[in-house]
Amino acid sequence: MQESSAPQAHLHAPPESFLRKYVFSLDHKVIAKQYFALSLVAVFLGMFLSWVMRIHLVWPNARIPGLEWISKVGAPGGVMTPEYYLSLLTMHGTLMVFFVLTNAPFAAFGNYFLPIQIGAEDMAFPRFNMMSFWITFVAFLVLVAAFFIPDGPPISGWTAYAPLSAVGKDAGPGMAWGQNLWGISIAIFCVGSLLGALNFIATTLDLRAKGMTLMRMPMTAWAWFITACISLLAFAVLLPACILLILDRTAGTSFFIPSGLVVSDRLQPHTGGSPLLWQHLFWFFGHPEVYIAILPAMGIVSHVLINSMRKPMLSAKAIIYSMMSIGFLSYMVWGHHMFVSGMNPMSSLAFSFPTLTITIPATVMVLIILGSLYGANIQIDSASLFALGFVSMFVAGGVSGFFLAQPSIDIVLHATYFVVGHFHMVMGVAALFGAFSGTYFWFPKMTGRMMNETLGKLHFWISFVGSYCIFMPFHYLGLVGNVRRYSSFVNDFMPALMPVHLFITIAALVTGAGQFIFLFNLVYSRFRGAVASDNPWNATSLEWSIPSPPPFNNFGDKHPVVYHDPYQYGVKGSKGDFVMQDSPEQIPDET
Amino acid sequence: MSSITLTPVANAQAVGKQGSVEASRSGIWAAVFAITMTFAALSSALFVREGSAADWQHIDLPRILNLNTLALILSSLAFERSRRFVDAVLPAPRGMVRRATRWLCVALVLGLVFFVGQLIAWHRLAAQGIFLATNPNSSFFYVLTAMHGMHLFGGLVALGYLVISVASSGVSFRRGLFDAVAVYWHFMCVLWIYLLLIFRTRL
Repeated sequence: MQESSAPQAHLHAPPESFLRKYVFSLDHKVIAKQYFALSLVAVFLGMFLSWVMRIHLVWPNARIPGLEWISKVGAPGGVMTPEYYLSLLTMHGTLMVFFVLTNAPFAAFGNYFLPIQIGAEDMAFPRFNMMSFWITFVAFLVLVAAFFIPDGPPISGWTAYAPLSAVGKDAGPGMAWGQNLWGISIAIFCVGSLLGALNFIATTLDLRAKGMTLMRMPMTAWAWFITACISLLAFAVLLPACILLILDRTAGTSFFIPSGLVVSDRLQPHTGGSPLLWQHLFWFFGHPEVYIAILPAMGIVSHVLINSMRKPMLSAKAIIYSMMSIGFLSYMVWGHHMFVSGMNPMSSLAFSFPTLTITIPATVMVLIILGSLYGANIQIDSASLFALGFVSMFVAGGVSGFFLAQPSIDIVLHATYFVVGHFHMVMGVAALFGAFSGTYFWFPKMTGRMMNETLGKLHFWISFVGSYCIFMPFHYLGLVGNVRRYSSFVNDFMPALMPVHLFITIAALVTGAGQFIFLFNLVYSRFRGAVASDNPWNATSLEWSIPSPPPFNNFGDKHPVVYHDPYQYGVKGSKGDFVMQDSPEQIPDET
Repeated sequence: MSSITLTPVANAQAVGKQGSVEASRSGIWAAVFAITMTFAALSSALFVREGSAADWQHIDLPRILNLNTLALILSSLAFERSRRFVDAVLPAPRGMVRRATRWLCVALVLGLVFFVGQLIAWHRLAAQGIFLATNPNSSFFYVLTAMHGMHLFGGLVALGYLVISVASSGVSFRRGLFDAVAVYWHFMCVLWIYLLLIFRTRL
């Protein structure tokens, strides 16, 4: 590794005390692991909620042990009320979208590896970084507190549509303090995310090592950078939306509540607000949010696949430009969540066009990945399996988006299980697969030990087959008219669909159980896994040029110098079929 | 794949830059973009709300807002005046530091005048019986001035920190901090002028 005489960017002294080392750490690696731990807790909590929901859907009168202890109002005798189903649904969505999908692929992996991959010692603003995590943690606590108040969590869904979310306790159980806690939690989360995004942007722009041009950054760095740019503008809109919602609920304002609204036989003392305004503000954030969830996973998967294929992508630039286009277009499509909201149909047309357009860069990315895979001698391991699984999930889940993008078709499919299947596959499972792939890939670097491959492959196959079993039938259910956010279907026109629901529920329980294999693997390997070398995957990017786990200031006293792009695979290098990014062995840059 | 013969060559292109001045600049501009988006969202909410219902009632804005605006503009000018001495500081005679600090203090005091003036404006509005939930106009007025005020308060804290930093630094201090606070402070002024225009034309 070459040394350079560039001045130190900023140096915070190595931590001494326990608190400074593991709790209030300024080290991006520790903060990343804190985000990772938070998202692990959130994902298992969210998964548990989905189990309880799925069990209720198939056996509505089942007594679920422990549920009455959590909420006497919501589950008297352990039998869930319809309103409590909505409460659990709300918390499932909120936890998963915010505390898992925004945290894990972006905040956790990005915080750990962005500085290292660009050759920096730490993020640009370590103190802001620490604050970001703890602010996010407080947001999590505030949200989870909603479980333990008498009324329970809110029933308005993670989308918290007004006026249901805005009128207060008349709207139902959980709509008093439950919704307040939700609003406060999300507002706090916005602040944490904004600080984090700021950090990523400044780090990427200004802390790159010598020789690390923007085009020489790995895919993951690009993905995190673009995600940070999207985050910055999206969360800046959600924050005032939440503030206005809280004001409507507590201060008597009427931003979102119309006049003459009667709820629970009570005329609401508000005038002239617009429920549609909430939808516009929310989805202006909400659509970029789904790209915040998926872009880092796309970057991770590209990065992992290139390593597994031992050859670069057909065109890394095309993937990067596609990611940029996705980021840009993501701000133009929010109305496709509102086709049936009563807004002007011409607006629907205006949103449908960019929605279909955004499929183009996404398709370009997938085609380049598939084209690069063609003829490649890919090394199959847990990381590459999950990366391939990502491609499968993203395509399978994404294709249903083409249908939903047409307003006329959406009239039939909106608020059905078709939509639920679409977003779970294309965003939920795909992003999680990206996170899993990243975990199996980078675990050796983070801990100095390898994860167990057998358990990893078992985890993959259960998750892959299981996810298809759960979410593919959702599309069928939606097509035949199964409405979403209903707590049971046994007493209306859908008993004939119950066998499908039963199949899904069993698949969900089995797939969920399979995730404990992953959890076990994580913990076991951390302490008993095979010791990993510094570069067990023979990879090229900068994180593989430093010890596993990395020292406190990543590169020690040296400053890395970068000589070419990060994907020099399939060439004869002094170390094998690859040349590391900080090696001065002469390689022409990709043109 | 390709089998290129490799020869070790030093090929270090010095493109990356390390330094916290640039990072502060990127960071503060990112913050400015984010805050702009927040106020854009609130502005569009205002326009939608104005158009959607018949209860939009004109309110007479307290006259002190004009004085506050003047104070904020003068504050920005004072800040820029201090820059001339700050530019001459590194390394510099002690006198430059003193003059820079003085003008920064003027900027800080004028910022405080603005902040207190805003509170007085709220008080005067409340005296007229116009509160947060009185009508949609007043809701937006209070929300927008509160959001701006909160961000300005953060700017005041940063400005105070900068005054201390410059005054106690002697020859060297963090130029990145100065530039960042400058951008933020001027942004607060520009944002306020925009808000005042909105208030005058739409409320």
